[in-house]
Amino acid sequence: MAHLVIHKELVNKENIDKVLKICPFGGLESECDELLLTAGCKMCGLCIKNGPHGMITKEEDQTPVVQIDKSAWKGIAVYVDHSSSGIHNVTLELIGKARELASVTKEPVYALMIGHNITQAAQSLLKYGVDKVYVYDYPALQDFLMEPYANVFEDFIQKVKPSSILVGATNLGRTLAPRVAARFHTGLTADCTKLEMKENSDIVQIRPAFGGNIMAQIITPNSRPQFATVRYKIFSAPAPAANPAGSLEKMTIADDRLKTLVRILSVKEKEKVMDISEADVIVAAGRGFKTQADLDMARELADILGAQLACSRPLAESNWFDAKHQIGLSGRTVHAKLLITLGIAGKVQFTAGMKGSDCIIAVNSDPHAQIFDVAHYAVVGDLYEIVPQLITLCKEAKAHALS
Amino acid sequence: MDILVCVKQVPGSSDVEVDPVTGVLKREGFSTKLNPYDLYSIEMAMSLREKYGGTVRAITMGPPQAKQALLETVWMGADGGVLLTDRAFGGADCLATSYALSQAVHKMSSYDLILCGKQTTDGDTAQVGSELSEELGIPNIGNAISIKLEREGFITVTQNLDDRIVTAEIPLPCLVCVDGDINSPRLPSYKRSKQVPQNAFTSLTLKDIEDQDKTHYGLLGSRTNVERIFPPEKNADRKTLTGTSSELATQISDILKTGKFIG
Repeated sequence: MAHLVIHKELVNKENIDKVLKICPFGGLESECDELLLTAGCKMCGLCIKNGPHGMITKEEDQTPVVQIDKSAWKGIAVYVDHSSSGIHNVTLELIGKARELASVTKEPVYALMIGHNITQAAQSLLKYGVDKVYVYDYPALQDFLMEPYANVFEDFIQKVKPSSILVGATNLGRTLAPRVAARFHTGLTADCTKLEMKENSDIVQIRPAFGGNIMAQIITPNSRPQFATVRYKIFSAPAPAANPAGSLEKMTIADDRLKTLVRILSVKEKEKVMDISEADVIVAAGRGFKTQADLDMARELADILGAQLACSRPLAESNWFDAKHQIGLSGRTVHAKLLITLGIAGKVQFTAGMKGSDCIIAVNSDPHAQIFDVAHYAVVGDLYEIVPQLITLCKEAKAHALS
Repeated sequence: MDILVCVKQVPGSSDVEVDPVTGVLKREGFSTKLNPYDLYSIEMAMSLREKYGGTVRAITMGPPQAKQALLETVWMGADGGVLLTDRAFGGADCLATSYALSQAVHKMSSYDLILCGKQTTDGDTAQVGSELSEELGIPNIGNAISIKLEREGFITVTQNLDDRIVTAEIPLPCLVCVDGDINSPRLPSYKRSKQVPQNAFTSLTLKDIEDQDKTHYGLLGSRTNVERIFPPEKNADRKTLTGTSSELATQISDILKTGKFIG
């Protein structure tokens, strides 16, 4: 660990304003011509790099940090997100990723399943390559309740000592993971879009920050277990194996650990609604559409292709679309086989939610549009001219195939 | 019901770019605003106070200028607020942030309910609320869409839990993270902005809280470490299609045919 030192003798009236401007976080302030560090400092080092030479330096702290024994922690555990409608697919995606990570450090892959009457469901995970599924099966765990679930999670970590824990970034996972991570005073990185394993069992976690306009690479260098959450559809589920080798382990926990004063009054299944994150083919519309009526073009193209119609944030914000049609960090993540974007600029906010798609065809009149950075096919042109002709061609091709 | 609302000051715009050569963050000016997601939790706190009485106080951690975020909550109707600020808190990750907040909460007078927003627009982690409840050892619930007081000592919370809507009764004191878009946040009142009482705000520094061990806060207390920041990757093997509009339409339809998406 290190801290910043301001060398006061190098600060003067001329350069103080310049340094203040360098910091994007408000981490520096001036008081009576003196330069001070504030709580806004994120230790990004921009002031060291771009400020007057030597004015601010980074000094290593004298007291050495005690290094933990990482070899006492082994295995990558995936939290099994499930409800009465079954196991959430994000779980399988994380198992696939856990296997990749585990192959670097030769660790086992675990799954933790908490609930009631779940043995069969737990068994079904083995075919995705889990070495051991730890099952806590109690009537008190029928519904998700924070305290009993967190206690069970804690019990699992204490008994099994996994090095890493991956949790799906569902609403449930995003509440449970921080509660457990805080209990162990360890690191948790939200919404990772890329995970890589280092030889020393640290996971390199990459996630978008600032609405996705920059990427941050994060590690948990000196605490275990290391927690990460990942959204649905970021990784791919592995193919099931015919002869799974793993096994189930039934776990026990004291009854008083399952108690809570929280009482569930009702559970209502939501109506199944169209979900663009499940769609294989998507046509997405953006600000290139001048009026709401013009969206008919996009809708017609989508219909011909059997595609779902989606949109970027501005169109959801102007109420041309319902929010559940919105792709992006503040909307849904999609992993389509084919995605056609029409008139979408492609801010990272948007692309973070779609760049995992297999084939991306982007139409935009601006040759410098950011969307082309992630597109497989960059089509520079006017959607108002291209789309109607494309619709005609698709209709012809369809008619031809039928005849 | 006495309510604490956790708020945060965030950058006014997330339009930041990283210089691909130097890896330096490029940012025009430095404007800030109250985290938009906090507006829903503030509104929730106001409507609970209107229905059941009590007080609403805001709490934030940040540099001295983060006081502005507290001011805005008072303009919206909060009774006052606490600014937790100290150099020792700088560079904190979610864990160190929630620990510092928990220490500040211990210093404040008693409360029944802590409300947090769903997430912030700069970090987007949605983790601090849940971590804070763990540090305080109180029950918590996330993604709340409604809160009612139906039985003494408990609140009834309806929660958006992925594929289901769950209604649960939680004992007070507890912490609730409020979902986004669940109400229409009131606008700051001009009148209130002119009548902010002198003693509406207090500041807490490391010296004012119980645990004064610097290694528990800020960068030293953080368990995660940002190794580097970089611009998002670009797709290297993209193909640029050129030609007239009709040529472009033909090329696209050929791609669709080859990929068996039509025909």
